[in-house]
Amino acid sequence: MEYLDFELPIKELEDQLTKCVAIGHESEIDVTETCQQIEKKLAATKKDIYKNLTPWQRVQLSRHPNRPYTLDYINAICGDTFLELHGDRNVKDDKAMIGGLGKIGDQSYMFIGQQKGKNTKTRQYRNFGMANPEGYRKALRLMKSAEKFGIPVVTLIDTPGAYPGLEAEERGQGEAIARNILEMTRLKVPIITVIIGEGASGGALGIGVGDTVLMLENSWYSVISPENCSSILWRSWEHKEKAAEALKLTATDAMKIKVIDEIINEPVGGAHRDHENTFIAVRDAIVANYDKLKNLSQEDLVSSRMEKYSKMGEFKG
Amino acid sequence: MAWFKRKEKGIQTSTEEKRDTPKGLWYKSPTGKIVDSEELAKNFYVSPEDGYHVRIGSKEYFEILFDEGKFKELDKNLSSKDPLKFEDSKKYTDRLKDAKEKTGLKDAVRSAVGKSKGKELVIACMDFKFIGGSMGSVVGEKIARAADYSLKNNIPFMIISKSGGARMMEAALSLMQLAKTSAKLAQLADAGIPYISLCTDPTTGGTTASFAMLGDINIAEPGALIGFAGPRVVRDTTGKDLPEGFQTSEFLLEHGFLDFISHRKELKNKINLYIDLIQNQPIRA
Repeated sequence: MEYLDFELPIKELEDQLTKCVAIGHESEIDVTETCQQIEKKLAATKKDIYKNLTPWQRVQLSRHPNRPYTLDYINAICGDTFLELHGDRNVKDDKAMIGGLGKIGDQSYMFIGQQKGKNTKTRQYRNFGMANPEGYRKALRLMKSAEKFGIPVVTLIDTPGAYPGLEAEERGQGEAIARNILEMTRLKVPIITVIIGEGASGGALGIGVGDTVLMLENSWYSVISPENCSSILWRSWEHKEKAAEALKLTATDAMKIKVIDEIINEPVGGAHRDHENTFIAVRDAIVANYDKLKNLSQEDLVSSRMEKYSKMGEFKG
Repeated sequence: MAWFKRKEKGIQTSTEEKRDTPKGLWYKSPTGKIVDSEELAKNFYVSPEDGYHVRIGSKEYFEILFDEGKFKELDKNLSSKDPLKFEDSKKYTDRLKDAKEKTGLKDAVRSAVGKSKGKELVIACMDFKFIGGSMGSVVGEKIARAADYSLKNNIPFMIISKSGGARMMEAALSLMQLAKTSAKLAQLADAGIPYISLCTDPTTGGTTASFAMLGDINIAEPGALIGFAGPRVVRDTTGKDLPEGFQTSEFLLEHGFLDFISHRKELKNKINLYIDLIQNQPIRA
């Protein structure tokens, strides 16, 4: 387990606890009480740290190397029913964008999401979760296929942005994202979107137009990453913490400005410390929201989705 | 010996008596060609010698595209709020105030309905000089309402993009304008109303990830910068040198993302020709 700066008090207590237990095993001293005290303190410290996170700390958590990624969720939620589908039928198969069919209970879903890697090799293989146009086109192909067969779509968002590369521009990164956004506004099956980590800009929204948009407690969603915002507005990366504050990118803020519909709470200590319960919370949220959407007619579904996005924004006059 | 001899040394004219050429009388294009301002305006703000398309705003485009420059402006009074209380080196509210004073505009887009070659057309045109043509809630709402006007009155729709992208000071709300405008365009498409997207210099970021690339035809002015990620970002990320002409209109045409490039002088003719053709109507002279 890796620890972020502000998590170090937890590491200290956890180390103490391990030592305490070890002493108990090795000697005949009764350490039960000491261990209990440390455990109590650990729980209190965790609660204290994770309750008062700054926006920047949440951004750090959203990128935590031990945090589960898209395929971890799908594999945990669908088990061996998950069937991954590949390719945009045009250029290639984008490894940063994955998709496929899987079951939760008796219901099939089309899962789509950006995928990050866990070590240097797989991070490169997944292009750090930054999809190219073919990734967005693959996503759209799968959504259209789901629409054809009446299968609901679940998108899992975790991306630092769409890939800003030369070939990406040649193949129309902007157009690919734009097309997805437009088609998603009128897709005739329910779309449930979950932001599980980083939700950066058009790269996120390219698979993020949903009837219901959910956000994990320690994820972020905005028009730009705090680092890039800082480098544009302050002309240096040094102000990323201030930028994170200014962008109002946390789940609570997104909820306030009505950009998302629901926050999924993470187990105390964050998703990276308790994968199992995070998977359960996400699965339950998907099922509960699908239950709300499944009886709507296609017309009602599409018109209320359009209505929802038409209302977004604040202005006067 | 010189045939002319200066009687007194140095420049004798006092500062007050010096005469400057009034500002704005001449325009210098990037290739160094100098044009008389009036000439430039008469030539659709295109430098006659090198064909350079000078950046212009909604005022000039409306003059060029609407008959006799006559139009009715839509949703004139919408203006930005500061929903996130955004502050970097400057408060967003101050930025808005400055931009309004400097440009005389309310925000980065104006929409209008008028006749072009005798037939009604709705145009939403962005103004780059208002905070880089950035798209926030007002831009999204005005474009959505203009599209609504097209939809209700069955009038073809055109957006002239000129924008650096989403407006950072409205963060996630500005991102949502991509979805809002695209949802409206989906409705126009379902109703079979033609939508023309004109990309002008520059059309980057969020605009290309929404309405700028969603036209029934996407067209551009020559030499415009059009792209999702700006050239500097692409260079910094990939560490590669960019090919010449990368992300220009011509580059996009070559890669299949534009239907054609139009000189500003032919713009009015070409868009109306397209409308007549696609609507199967007699071609207007």
